[in-house]
Amino acid sequence: MNRKIRVLVAKPGLDGHDRGAKVVARALRDAGMEVIYTGLHQTADMIVEAAIQEDVDVVGLSLLSGAHMTLFVDVAVLLKKKGMDDVLIIGGGIIPDEDVPKLKKEGISAVFGPGTPCEDIVSYIKKNVK
Amino acid sequence: MIDKKELEKIKKERINWEKNCYDSLIKNKPEQKEKFENLSSNEIKKLYTPEDISNIDYLKDIGFPGKYPFLRGVHATMYRGRLWTMRQFAGFGSAEETNKRYKYLLDHGETGLSVAFDYPTLYGYDTDHPLSRGEFGKCGVAVSSLKDMEILFSDIPIDKVTTSMTINGPAAIVWAFYIANAENRGISKDIIGGTIQNDILKEYIAQKSYIFPPEPSMRLIVDTFEYGSKHVPRWNTISISGYHIREAGSTAVQELAFTLGDGVEYVKWALERGLDIDKFAPRLSFFFNSHNDFFEEIAKYRAARRIWAKEMKKLGAKKPRSMLMRFHTQTAGCSLTAQQPEINIVRVALQGLAAVLGGTQSLHTNSMDEALALPSEKAVRIALRTQQIIAEESGVTNTVDPLGGSYFIEWLTDEMEEQTYKYWDRVEKLGGVLPAIEKGFYQREIAQASYKYQKEIDEKIRTVVGVNEYKLDEEPDIPILKMDEKGEERQIKRLENLRKNRNNQKVERNLEKLKKAAEGDENMMPYILDCVHSYATLGETCQILRNVFGEYEEPVIY
Amino acid sequence: MMNDTAKKVLKGDPRSIARLITLSENNDKIATDAMKDIHPHTGNAHVIGITGVMGSGKSTLICELTRLYRKQGKTVGIIAIDPTSPFSGGALLGDRIRMMELAMDDGVFIRSMGTRGMLGGLTSAVYDVVEILDASGKDVVIVETVGVGQAEVDVIKIADTTLVIVVPGLGDSIQTLKAGVMEIADIYVVNKADRSGVEQTVAEVESLVDITCSGKERKTPVLSTIAKESKGIDELLTEIDSHKKYLKKTKEFEKQRRLRYEAELVEIIRKKLMNFIFDESTFKEKIESLLDKISKKEIDPYTASEEILDKILK
Repeated sequence: MNRKIRVLVAKPGLDGHDRGAKVVARALRDAGMEVIYTGLHQTADMIVEAAIQEDVDVVGLSLLSGAHMTLFVDVAVLLKKKGMDDVLIIGGGIIPDEDVPKLKKEGISAVFGPGTPCEDIVSYIKKNVK
Repeated sequence: MIDKKELEKIKKERINWEKNCYDSLIKNKPEQKEKFENLSSNEIKKLYTPEDISNIDYLKDIGFPGKYPFLRGVHATMYRGRLWTMRQFAGFGSAEETNKRYKYLLDHGETGLSVAFDYPTLYGYDTDHPLSRGEFGKCGVAVSSLKDMEILFSDIPIDKVTTSMTINGPAAIVWAFYIANAENRGISKDIIGGTIQNDILKEYIAQKSYIFPPEPSMRLIVDTFEYGSKHVPRWNTISISGYHIREAGSTAVQELAFTLGDGVEYVKWALERGLDIDKFAPRLSFFFNSHNDFFEEIAKYRAARRIWAKEMKKLGAKKPRSMLMRFHTQTAGCSLTAQQPEINIVRVALQGLAAVLGGTQSLHTNSMDEALALPSEKAVRIALRTQQIIAEESGVTNTVDPLGGSYFIEWLTDEMEEQTYKYWDRVEKLGGVLPAIEKGFYQREIAQASYKYQKEIDEKIRTVVGVNEYKLDEEPDIPILKMDEKGEERQIKRLENLRKNRNNQKVERNLEKLKKAAEGDENMMPYILDCVHSYATLGETCQILRNVFGEYEEPVIY
Repeated sequence: MMNDTAKKVLKGDPRSIARLITLSENNDKIATDAMKDIHPHTGNAHVIGITGVMGSGKSTLICELTRLYRKQGKTVGIIAIDPTSPFSGGALLGDRIRMMELAMDDGVFIRSMGTRGMLGGLTSAVYDVVEILDASGKDVVIVETVGVGQAEVDVIKIADTTLVIVVPGLGDSIQTLKAGVMEIADIYVVNKADRSGVEQTVAEVESLVDITCSGKERKTPVLSTIAKESKGIDELLTEIDSHKKYLKKTKEFEKQRRLRYEAELVEIIRKKLMNFIFDESTFKEKIESLLDKISKKEIDPYTASEEILDKILK
């Protein structure tokens, strides 16, 4: 079986800090996944459009600017609206612990903060992808 | 530095020592690692002796502080004459909230101001722009108009204290806000002092808050050099930065090489415009990172000063003031951990100390909670106290360049300088700085270095205390900064009122005049100032320039 | 009774198009039924293959071409192929990001694919994906190959019109590309024509054309473009259209299509066979034991293959 896990790594909003997103993209590739990185300054529409066309299994959102409660939720809501219920949504960046439960309620399954080993993200995806 | 006979003796004794003391010891007690490498992957020997610096000529290569090549420092007295400026980068939410934080910091002993703007402002968008959604005030203060600048600095003596503003794409416009605000307060532009970061090259390479493509951006920057040297003589119109390049994942050597390379590029563009190097060079400033490898950072700052002095001389500078490199330092944000955040205080103390031993003119020390949120009051106060302890209690300020003459430090300084020139050769071969950016050279180097670093951490080759070693099961709870939820609404209302109450015809006229200037080749600063004075917003002014210059699209490199 | 997925694909539903592409990439049996229903509805799209070394600006050129097609009211499907790492099996699919300005146009469908072990610059599912996009109503389907130079020739099997992109100043790029790749072009494009050395590059390509096209009815055109400044794109589009007309006028079009179907048939059979031999449990153990024997030099690979094939062919 040739099934590969396809992941969209996206940076929503104006945040330009892409070091982490790029490192994670490479790590996922090294773990055998097909990774599409959207680049900077993505709106929720653009991210979801890409997720649909690329039929990804995972959408990974990276944000360090503090705007995650608005922007991550926008993406999660739109994905649901477009019927992409089986997509695993994960996030990373500078996200205070106390915001994580609220994000999970909105459909973000896991948040990987600073210091997360890449291996943890890889195994989480492999375990939880639908 | 030492005569040949003495050197021979030392070499003989060193070999003896290795045979008799070292080799016999490691037979039973081997060293902890096979290779000891610093963060730039340079191998560090077990011991440095006069042999390692035998080619150095004290008078030519090391010299005295305040004199070419400025290796030991840019002033003869350094901190004995005046301490570095304690300048904490700050900003969040609305201008009112940040104004309060500035007053707090000044009250607690900071000696210079530093403004952090939110993302919409960094990109030249007003708070009510659709792309600003959710971003207002999250990572800095929102400044959409002169009104906001007025509030930001209300009751702050900007004639007595200098202000650094971290702004790049729309730097000229935000600088105009500052100048206009000063003028409105009766403070003349020839006495206000400060810095605008205004370093677009590193935006393309690392920080990514660019707006326009390279050529018009460089033109705008040279406009600010020109305007500044004529009308705002105490202002540093650029802060050529390595901080962000390092934060994006580069090594210390890359930070050094890429930053100084950018610096030389700016000077070349200014010279091309016909500006006199001795008129604008004294107002060029730099901004470096201070990361974990203590000695490497110190060597880096020293090498930076010497390289810059040499290059400026080559480019035709005659005045010493044009050749000496003044820099601000910020401790490395990317080295801080979300795990056991209190220990970040220790990291910052060491990094701050390295910057001081390296001769920085101005310092920002990070707060312990940086990996979690923007700094709380307590956290930023501790960060400030860290600087004050270094300054007042450690004694390191008693003499200039205390590590000068150390075999290790002088060797490492030379080594880093050599490696910098090697990088410059590679950039030359690619056609220069702008072609190298277009070809993705810097971005590729940085992506490689950051991936390597992460792998080393994941594979436990590199230890990060609290993250891959010495972990805690239960993380401590520390208070996180809370921002005013209603801020965004208020700001949008404020913009609405501003647009209603100003003279819109005047605004239109001024924007039109700016457009013409942008399409031609005049210096745009006076036109920008006119727009700003009439309360055109940041977004409106930037949009004019966007329409004329277009927007930059980056080549993406992993 | 048409397959449900097939119905939605024919209507142009992006989610269904994307899902079916995934299923056929994964050799899922569900896909086969849908593909059977889709096939009669294919054949309308003009398939353009674009190949060229890394750094030749393929993605930018595709972006510009697509914009022009859209202005003409045509819909476009783009298949962007990147190499799958032979070590990890993963891939960084980095073409989409270079076409961001097409992101929100619903007349454009972009799909990124990894080669997943196929040589030749394509992926084995590409035939299916071209048919899916074709059947969903796209007027133009552009296939952007990996671009590693020498082994890029497979694209001619799938494309009606093949473009080979070169850039000036890549040293001896023409020389090294000569073997095979340069000869597959229906149109040559010298992109980044603002770089120094462009006249020399154009001259080199033209002299190559003189040699390879001598005696042929159609002389392969050589165009210059500066894709990032949108220069030369109109002319390129005109040449592509003109090639399409040429194909239709002569019998080349049918010949080309037939070649594609042949390649597709070969690929489907190959995949099915390989699946059967290497994945189906009946043979798996046999393979393992044969490999053991080969390693111990008890048997050679040819004899081993006979043991397997004899079983199948009997």
